[in-house]
Amino acid sequence: MRLALRRTPAAPARPATGDVLAEAEDLRVRLGTREVLRGVSLTARAGEMLALVGPNGAGKSSLLGALAADLAPSGGTVRLHGRPAAEWTAHELALRRAVLPQSAALAFPFAVEDVVRMGRAPHTCAPAEDDAAVARAMAATEVDGFAARPFSALSGGERARVALARVLAQQAPLLLLDEPTAALDLRHQELVLRLCRERARAGDAVVVVLHDLGLAAAHAHRVALLRAGRVVADGPPADVFSAELLSRVYDQPVEVFPHPRTGAVLVTPRREP
Amino acid sequence: MTRRLIAPGLLLALLVLIPVAAGLGAYPIPTPGVLASVLHRAGLGGDALSRVPESVLWDVRFPRIVLALLVGACLGCAGALMQGVFGNPLAEPGVIGVSSGAAVGAVGALAFGLDALGTWTVPALAFVTGLGTVLLVYALSRSGGRTEVVTLILTGIAVNAFAGALIGLFLFFADTAAVNQITFWQLGSLSQATWPKVLAVLPCAALGLTLAPLHARRLDLLALGEGPARHLGVDVERLRIVLILVVALLTAAAVSVSGIIGFVGLVVPHLLRMTAGPGHRLLVPGSALLGALVLLAADLAARTLAAPAELPLGVLTALLGSPFFFWLLRRTRRGQGGWA
Repeated sequence: MRLALRRTPAAPARPATGDVLAEAEDLRVRLGTREVLRGVSLTARAGEMLALVGPNGAGKSSLLGALAADLAPSGGTVRLHGRPAAEWTAHELALRRAVLPQSAALAFPFAVEDVVRMGRAPHTCAPAEDDAAVARAMAATEVDGFAARPFSALSGGERARVALARVLAQQAPLLLLDEPTAALDLRHQELVLRLCRERARAGDAVVVVLHDLGLAAAHAHRVALLRAGRVVADGPPADVFSAELLSRVYDQPVEVFPHPRTGAVLVTPRREP
Repeated sequence: MTRRLIAPGLLLALLVLIPVAAGLGAYPIPTPGVLASVLHRAGLGGDALSRVPESVLWDVRFPRIVLALLVGACLGCAGALMQGVFGNPLAEPGVIGVSSGAAVGAVGALAFGLDALGTWTVPALAFVTGLGTVLLVYALSRSGGRTEVVTLILTGIAVNAFAGALIGLFLFFADTAAVNQITFWQLGSLSQATWPKVLAVLPCAALGLTLAPLHARRLDLLALGEGPARHLGVDVERLRIVLILVVALLTAAAVSVSGIIGFVGLVVPHLLRMTAGPGHRLLVPGSALLGALVLLAADLAARTLAAPAELPLGVLTALLGSPFFFWLLRRTRRGQGGWA
């Protein structure tokens, strides 16, 4: 019925590096009576990995939700692929952006591979192409070892990776990931953020909410530092992560110093010996 | 492998059970005779039976069998859809009060002798009140895009109590003949089956059963939650409204002929999920088939076990279904580590 009655939208052409895929302009968002975003302007470009960082309640997830077209702005605009977010249909959006929510839940015990395959739902292509995309996503996130296990039997970290595999299988040019590393061990944190970078290098725009400033400094091309619903700094990690700014924003003394071997930015809370 | 055999297996079981059920009863008819009579009526050769068995077969047994199949298919399918829409394995028309809601409309029509729409009056009113009830339960039991088990069950208790009170009120105002009719209907029996009754529920049932499988793939995505389903291109609001309408259609069809037959909608999708996995493309039509099979078998048992007396069908399914529900509650509770 769906195919017969409604025009099936086609997948968009691959964006060129530097294209603006998501753009917030003076964005304001209300949740109940609280204004959680108060005039945010931000762009996500193809070929770039952008990390949203900031203290709890700063509005990182709300910003991601607004960019995903989940939250309607109370002021300002959100444009996705050049068009106001509200003007796209759900299906058109599904071909243009993929979203990893903070926690992965599943009402019924689908097998891991079935869950990943759900990411292919927006596409109407040959089954072989779907199979290939599913296999690639599962291999990249290292979940192919338990493809047949029910999702409900997995650990938190395994679930998180399966959810990420589903998002990757969707093959949308804009990736919005809310704390993809929260439940993961050291190795898989690195794996996931490396994957994000690879997707950016391949021409996608990746927006990722991170709590670990060290990970953000090491992997993101650009970070946006949020506080109380506003972007207080936006730029390359080396510029944004200064001890003075971070200490002020997090209300916690912070040290920033170069890695002894690579010179990369390291961030730790200041602790007296 | 087993997955592929389930639908054909169920169909085969139905094809075997139907002629057997048609032959068994207070007036036994041998199965070859049943088949010959069916072939004769279909114009494919065969022979008609003599006058009495022919009449028993076509005026008593077959309408009853068709009605059992329809009601069972509706209940099974409605259960599968509801569990999918609520994202909760305990949702079932009887448990959460939708059947009682539909029953209010049906009882109202019977008690006050309403017949504005002819034989369709009872199903139509059952649909209206059933729909109202699903909408109410849905609105009350969801918060933040999720349905908590406790909230769902408690809402069901409240709705069942309210519907019970309304039904009691209708009984109070109805005359004796209507009271008898209603009491009998409430036990959940198919013994009054006639062809006009089959025709009365056919539109609701057929429409519901045709629409349901079209949404199977989107129901799979809904298992991820509303947000992720929307991210994958599902128009969640629209899907929800359509499915709630379909559930109301199916429940109304089932309830208006045979009263509240509980637990079929709960047990059937679970049995299938355990054997065939949770994918709705098999689960939704499969639950209709298995529901039809289960209800046909249950009705056969109801009219033959204590022959010549008849056990009420709804009593029989509740007798078998309640322990299963209990087991399911325990299991769900363990899975969640308590209700909290």
